[in-house]
Amino acid sequence: MIDRPVEYPAVDHEVAYLRTEEAPTLQPPGSEIGFRGWLWRNIFASMADYTSAPAAVMSLFMTAITLFTGYAIVWMAWTLLDFTVFSATFTAAEGLKRDACLPNPGACWPFIEAKWYQFMYGFYPPEDVWRVNVCFAVLAAGIGWLIFGPSHRGKVAAFMLFGYPVLAYVLLNGMPVEDNGDLGHIFSGVWFPAIVAAVLFAGWWLADAGRLGDVGSAFAPVLLMGVIVVAIFAVLPLVTMAIDLALGTEVVETNKWGGLTVTLVVAIAGIVVSLPMGMLLALGRRSSAPIIKWSSIIFIEVVRGIPLISVLFFASAMLPYFLEPGVDFNKLLRAMIGVMLFASAYMAEVIRGGLQAMPKGQYEGGMSLGLSYWQQMRLIIMPQALTTVIPGIVNTFIGLFKDTTLVLIISIFDLLGILMATLKDPEWATPTTAYTGYLTIALIYWIFCFGMSRYSVHMERKLDRSHH
Amino acid sequence: MQMTDTTPPNMTISDEKAIEISQMNKWYGSFHVLRDINLTVYRGERIVICGPSGSGKSTMIRCINALEEHQDGTIVVDGTRLTSDLKNIDKIRSEVGMCFQHFNLFPHLTILENCTLAPIWVRKVPKKEAVETAMHYLEKVKIPDQANKYPGQLSGGQQQRVAIARSLCMKPRVMLFDEPTSALDPEMIKEVLDTMIELAEEGMTMLCVTHEMGFARQVANRVIFMDRGQIVEQNEPEAFFNNPQSDRTKLFLSQILGH
Repeated sequence: MIDRPVEYPAVDHEVAYLRTEEAPTLQPPGSEIGFRGWLWRNIFASMADYTSAPAAVMSLFMTAITLFTGYAIVWMAWTLLDFTVFSATFTAAEGLKRDACLPNPGACWPFIEAKWYQFMYGFYPPEDVWRVNVCFAVLAAGIGWLIFGPSHRGKVAAFMLFGYPVLAYVLLNGMPVEDNGDLGHIFSGVWFPAIVAAVLFAGWWLADAGRLGDVGSAFAPVLLMGVIVVAIFAVLPLVTMAIDLALGTEVVETNKWGGLTVTLVVAIAGIVVSLPMGMLLALGRRSSAPIIKWSSIIFIEVVRGIPLISVLFFASAMLPYFLEPGVDFNKLLRAMIGVMLFASAYMAEVIRGGLQAMPKGQYEGGMSLGLSYWQQMRLIIMPQALTTVIPGIVNTFIGLFKDTTLVLIISIFDLLGILMATLKDPEWATPTTAYTGYLTIALIYWIFCFGMSRYSVHMERKLDRSHH
Repeated sequence: MQMTDTTPPNMTISDEKAIEISQMNKWYGSFHVLRDINLTVYRGERIVICGPSGSGKSTMIRCINALEEHQDGTIVVDGTRLTSDLKNIDKIRSEVGMCFQHFNLFPHLTILENCTLAPIWVRKVPKKEAVETAMHYLEKVKIPDQANKYPGQLSGGQQQRVAIARSLCMKPRVMLFDEPTSALDPEMIKEVLDTMIELAEEGMTMLCVTHEMGFARQVANRVIFMDRGQIVEQNEPEAFFNNPQSDRTKLFLSQILGH
């Protein structure tokens, strides 16, 4: 098909070649493998070239940098070790308090020991603290199961997402069932959730049989979850009544909650609500229906455009002016709603990023098989989009976890708030009390955030299907 | 290559209309991509659609299962008229299988799960039965041993055969192929074409957009040439390749066959 002649230059050396024997497979050179290879690649590669004057100057410069950073690391480690161990006070005799710590220039650990209860539980009544501990234990067991559990992970995850919040509410807050031993209260608390559960169950039964169309069948499992949650709500008053009669538990008002308990309650509520809300908002923002699209956009942009702290402050300081005198809206609940809305808006944008990254072919593959929109989203698009944005999701979770400290602005004593309150205790006033306290709190935050980070790495590896 | 000699007994064409497209027009914005398309496909037909890129051939077959919307004219698939009613669209999509250039397998699901997903969720087939059907079709495309792998672990040719099996699991009455071999390495084209030939020999109604002219000669009972959004010429393969009528067809054939 070429219409003009091309003259290629002649080649005057031998071009023909034929391999007659297989080339051997060899080990890599010693500078690439083992400890020697590691040392060479990581330490000496930049500082061992003395073949020319400029290279030698550069190598000496690199040696100096290596020595200096080595010194800086050792110095920082030593200072920290000195503060926390060698110059620290570990025990205080009965009643000695600050006087035990004053002679030493290091950390005042007895302060942490004395205030540990408050760091964990705030002002939660000690006789009821087992309820918080049960909550923590179930949480730890659930997360442990999700990471290491051999089977039934889906069911455990469903319980942690839907059942656990209910359990946590009932345990932490207590249900007001012991009103003068009036059993009528208890049963009036049972019938409503029982009816809702029955309606949801009927819905699930129809949807599972395919009688509510594609939307129904895609959401049948969600309805079943709803049945379980509401059923738990219906049954739990009876359970708490039993606990109540056996152990004499009472309602613990949220203003007594504090410390790590509040931090975890606010953070977990935000995490559990923001993920599904974020998914719906992300889908909404990409919807072709203008009303859904624009309401999603407006929600996301408005919420993202306001600082969380101003909303919390508004809720705390301004809301009473707008409400009838005497109407009280639980302060912790207000803060939690604020955090949930914020996290949802951020989460929506993270998830939208994942949806954006999905190739069009995945939608078409699903469509060509006759899957409905909701089936495509639930079975094909969301699982992949969420996997893609795990780093972004966990990033949002970590940010949310630390942003919960902002609730101290409306005098809710979260972990940081409670520390600042305990620091005012004159009996423990020493020059190092604050450093000890902040170091401890920072370590607690770091453990949780690092845990989330590792969990995200674990999930990324587990869900990786690229196999390259 | 005489059709009468090579035609297996199943490859018979009935009078029943599988697809009927009449006076269909489609626009992208103000650009008129498909112009006055009229095409009747009878059950058992094997149609190859060719034409230069941008001629609208992919768009046309994607209109048949409503991956693309048409603005004018009618499309009737298996007696169901394609309207904007979602029920009709889902029904047609579950009756019409489609294979894509880039396979469009679901990478987060195993091969077996890819094949059982739609039967379970769309046809409401019990899981056990869906797995049996899926294994049957995976054996047919000769990769039953890969059932528990993920698409990313398979070669391109294997992935395309899985895509064919995945469509077959829905027991479709028509199969659409949108350039199924264009993204494959040369060594893998044959295994996919062999699968398609086998399918044709079993009497499947097929519409293939492809540049594999050998396949067209061997399998098709009709070749359609499209250019600039119109059907320019159609004929039996022998006549189409040996005696093209329009200048555009002649030019196209000389370009793809003339190395």
